[in-house]
Amino acid sequence: MPALRLERIVKRYGKVKAVDDLSLEVLEGELLTLLGPSGCGKTTVLRCVSGFVRPDSGEIYLEDRKVTEIPPEKRGIGLVFQNYALWPHMTVFQNLAFGLEIKKLSKSLIREKVNRALALVQLEGFEDRFPRQLSGGQQQRVALSRALVLEPNVLLLDEPLSNLDALLREQMRFEIAQIHKQSGITTIYVTHDQTEAMVISDRIAVLDKGRIMQLGTPLEIYSKPANKFVAGFMGTTNFLHGRVAKIDKEYAVVTTEDGLTITGRGHDIEKGAEVDVAIRPESIKFLSPAEAMDYAREPNVFEVEVARASYVGELIDYQLRIKSHLIRAKGEARIARGVGIRILIKLDADQLAVLCR
Amino acid sequence: MPAKRIVVLTAEIVLLVLVFLIIIGPMMSLFIWSVAHRWYWPNTLPQEVGFEYWKQALGLRTSLAIGAISIIPAFFLSLSIAIVVVMISMLIAIPAGYALAKYRIPFGPFIMFLFLMPNAFPQQPIFVNLLYIFTRLGLAGTVKGVVLVHILVGLVFGVWITSATFRSIPSYLEEAARSVGAGKVYTFFHITLPLAAPGLLASSVFVFITSLDEFTGTFFIGLPFVNTLPMTLYSSSGYNMQFASVIAIILLIPSILFMTLVQRVLRAEYVGGMG
Repeated sequence: MPALRLERIVKRYGKVKAVDDLSLEVLEGELLTLLGPSGCGKTTVLRCVSGFVRPDSGEIYLEDRKVTEIPPEKRGIGLVFQNYALWPHMTVFQNLAFGLEIKKLSKSLIREKVNRALALVQLEGFEDRFPRQLSGGQQQRVALSRALVLEPNVLLLDEPLSNLDALLREQMRFEIAQIHKQSGITTIYVTHDQTEAMVISDRIAVLDKGRIMQLGTPLEIYSKPANKFVAGFMGTTNFLHGRVAKIDKEYAVVTTEDGLTITGRGHDIEKGAEVDVAIRPESIKFLSPAEAMDYAREPNVFEVEVARASYVGELIDYQLRIKSHLIRAKGEARIARGVGIRILIKLDADQLAVLCR
Repeated sequence: MPAKRIVVLTAEIVLLVLVFLIIIGPMMSLFIWSVAHRWYWPNTLPQEVGFEYWKQALGLRTSLAIGAISIIPAFFLSLSIAIVVVMISMLIAIPAGYALAKYRIPFGPFIMFLFLMPNAFPQQPIFVNLLYIFTRLGLAGTVKGVVLVHILVGLVFGVWITSATFRSIPSYLEEAARSVGAGKVYTFFHITLPLAAPGLLASSVFVFITSLDEFTGTFFIGLPFVNTLPMTLYSSSGYNMQFASVIAIILLIPSILFMTLVQRVLRAEYVGGMG
């Protein structure tokens, strides 16, 4: 049985459908990420689950308990906010003990639970600090432990790392994944950062305009995007527009208007359909002169002209011209290829996704 | 010491002296007047000083020359009216301010504006009309009537400041409390109210001082039976500068005490975690 089930949730704000007929099952113990750009409805979904927004229609189940009409305080769902939402007039200990006191637990039990929760986030000895005496990362960890100390059925994290600086953010990603593994709590994680989602998630639901565009493991979403939106959102992607000329098992041969012929993976595609071929920078391989002799006649090998090259540390970020198209590619920094040079590239057909329009 | 630093220091000292002259200066003349038995032109300072007027004001000595007014009852009347007014105003202002800040109330801005109305027009015509109504209700010339008038005048500070305070408390702090199992009421008393305390105190200071100082409304509704301290000041100042000064100083005391107290609490509250 799924730990959390959303059934055909709809929520409108005025004429805008923030959530549009969305159904989702979150499995026991998994960490599922709602990923999407701002305004895609992911926060509204989270607020429906936490109980601060009542959906216009649809039902929400925690295991087999229907909670659609139940107020937030009676749902037993833990919540971590983007801006931490620690109560400034309380110490760390009081922040954590607040929910336990409502449950009328004994003083000694509260102390024991708070200590254990603080140990989980490595903040022992910070009990008497006020939130403003803590760094951003520490405040975030207190917020996390405040939610965990109540041992909720489901934990919701609303862009918990977006207020931290880049370095700390990367570190906290692993920490959250670690804490999730230790506690085993079913978790929904909301973010607009695809790298973050890739690192921590068991499964990712990519959202756009209040609908789930694709649901799957990070690998599935990245390597087999269901459509152009998902492919574009999961990282820099070049799209070449064309028409399917031939279907060969799971491969589709696509010809573009200016006469390129590209083979890529595609499913549920018919011959003659208008499609986009998604090409990620890392699926483009530069051929050395020696290789060029062998590969020149093979499919998916193209001659390109370097239009722009910029160093970004360990890599060079290229813009390559193929006929009328400009595509982005990445190359090793130690082999410099100057602007204007013509070279051969090979595209790995297994890494190209052919997507319906 | 570098030249620039000397210039800055001089400017600071000049500014300080000016501030003292402007704020403390007029008050000094009040203190001098209150102890001056005789002070005629062209003397810079009084020819004869003493506490005769203080003693009379405090009811320690009666003198036919001044009319034997003791201001002690007036002082305590003003103080108790102010305290009652603060309590009732805050009982109205806290729920009203919270509702106006946190819920989408129909005509919210209009309601806010209504509280401003008693202070937005010349007060005499308002209170003359009010006297007519209060007379029919039997409230004219009673302490009850005066308390009502003070609430009317003070409520704008009460409601406006409390609603601004509640609005400044981010709703995610309340939502966080709900998410750990606190109901709406529990959240209000344990999260919202403590966080709003500094603002609520500030607004009660305004209401308190407004009530203590209120003149026009008390003049129309209260006189001649309800003699608050400003009324006593008014009726005596026409005849006697020394007596008026004594009353003015006494009128300052509760305000200063209240302000000091509030400032203490405010600072503790901020140190406590508002930062």
